[in-house]
Formats: sequence, structure tokens, C-alpha cells
Amino acid sequence: MPCQELVELVSDYLEGALSPVDRARFEAHIRECEGCTHYLEQMRLTIRLAGTLTAESMSQEARETLLRAFRDWRSA
Amino acid sequence: MIDIGEEARLVEALRRGDEQVFMALVDRYQASLLKVALVFLGNPSTAEEVVQEAWVGVLQGLTRFEGRSSLKTWIFGILMNVIRKRRDHDGRLPPTAAFDDDLGSGEAAVAPGRFGSTRHWSVPPASWAGLPEARLLSRETVAQVRAAITALPANQRAVITLRDVEGMSAIEACNVLSISETNQRVLLHRARSRVRQALEPYLTGE
Repeated sequence: MPCQELVELVSDYLEGALSPVDRARFEAHIRECEGCTHYLEQMRLTIRLAGTLTAESMSQEARETLLRAFRDWRSA
Repeated sequence: MIDIGEEARLVEALRRGDEQVFMALVDRYQASLLKVALVFLGNPSTAEEVVQEAWVGVLQGLTRFEGRSSLKTWIFGILMNVIRKRRDHDGRLPPTAAFDDDLGSGEAAVAPGRFGSTRHWSVPPASWAGLPEARLLSRETVAQVRAAITALPANQRAVITLRDVEGMSAIEACNVLSISETNQRVLLHRARSRVRQALEPYLTGE
């Protein structure tokens, strides 16, 4: 498997969507190829970093607005 | 996770107008909804507005909620509709377009120039394993990740936000966006590849 093919299969690999044959080819390539090992590691880290994005917590004002909206809705 | 019986009781209580149940639901999902809205709209106050609007949509839709999807999926679906109505950041996804209209299938995960004639690396990626946690979790890195995700086409941004930022399962993301699992995976692949590419010069430098 050429490296250029492997990089297009990384997500299917991580999602468990490769066929058993392709999965074996993928893993055999990774064992032999430092560049692709790094690539896979970079993708895993990218996913992890995306998970660190946070939102600011809800303001008290927003909570009160929602509560009012709920009461309006209830009385409508 | 909320089980189905609990969910039905919850919806019943909401329809009856139980304020505490509503606010508990708000507390459960607000942070996630804000996070998704923020990735799409970039601006915290606009994100908050859009989430408020989504909650109103939830209230208005309660009588129509049939429990065919989970409450969580349904709420996020309402948010996505509000976001799309509000504006499309890059103009590539008009409000009526489906999320899988343009999969970007022709895009390469890695620039072809990085490979030699045998399609093996000529400029291989460096290891990021040695990077200190402090660097990885620094504000600058987080800002880079956010900028990279914000720069994605709307449909790729939607998928990576729900999956990797919000931590939804593939099936949940498919339900929220009404796309097939295959298309979800294609979009996720394009999105992750682009974000990695955007981070590479930043994280590979000394």
C-alpha cells in the first residue's frame, strides 16, 4: 500500500470501517513505515485537540431569558 | 444517556409545563449547544442568541416531537436549522442545501507534492509525540484548532464539530444532519485531514 493511499484510509481505519483485508494491509504498512506512523499519530492528536474546544458557561441572564421564554410558552 | 422510558416521561413533563424539568434539560445540553454554535458562528454573543432561539424552537416543537429520534438528536437538529437560517459562513451551503451536497471527494488529505513517484513520502510528517502537554493544550494551540475548524466548508465543519468537538457518535451525527453514514465518514475525513494540515506547520516547527 503506498503512503498516499494510506492517508486517505486513516479515517475509515479509525472509524472501524475498513474491510478485514484492508485493515490488515493498513496495519502491515504502519508497522514498516515511520512517516505513516507519525501521520496516524498526528491524526489522533488532531481529534484529541478538537475535543478540547470549550464553550463559555451560560450567563445568568441567558438562563433567565430562557425561563421567561418557557413561561410565555406555557401560558400561550 | 437518557433511556427511552425516562425520555418519554421528560417530554410529558415538558408538555405539562414543568419549569424545573425544562431548566434541567437546558443545563444538560446548553454547554454542548453553545460549543457547536460557537464553532459555526465564531462570535459568543451570536452563538448564545442562536441557542436561545433553538430552545424556543424546542418548546414550539414539543407537541410535534414523536420520539423517532432521541431528544438530544432532535434538539441538536433544531439548533442546526437555526444556525443555517442565520447565516452560512462561507456561502457554500445555502440554507436549503443538504449537508451532503458537496462531499469534497476529490480533495487530497495530503498535498500530492509530499509524495514521490512511488507514492511514498518524500517529505514525511514529523512525530508530534514529543510535544509537551503544556504546548499542546496552550491557548495558542486551541486558537489554531478553532481557526482551522472555522475555516472549513460548512458541511465538513458540521461533522467534525458534532463528532470530535462534541463527541457524538457517528449515528447521532448522521441523525442530526440527515446524512448517510458513508457521507458522514467522507466529510469527517476531509475535515480532520484539513485540520491536521493546518496544524502541521504550527506543531512541527521547533
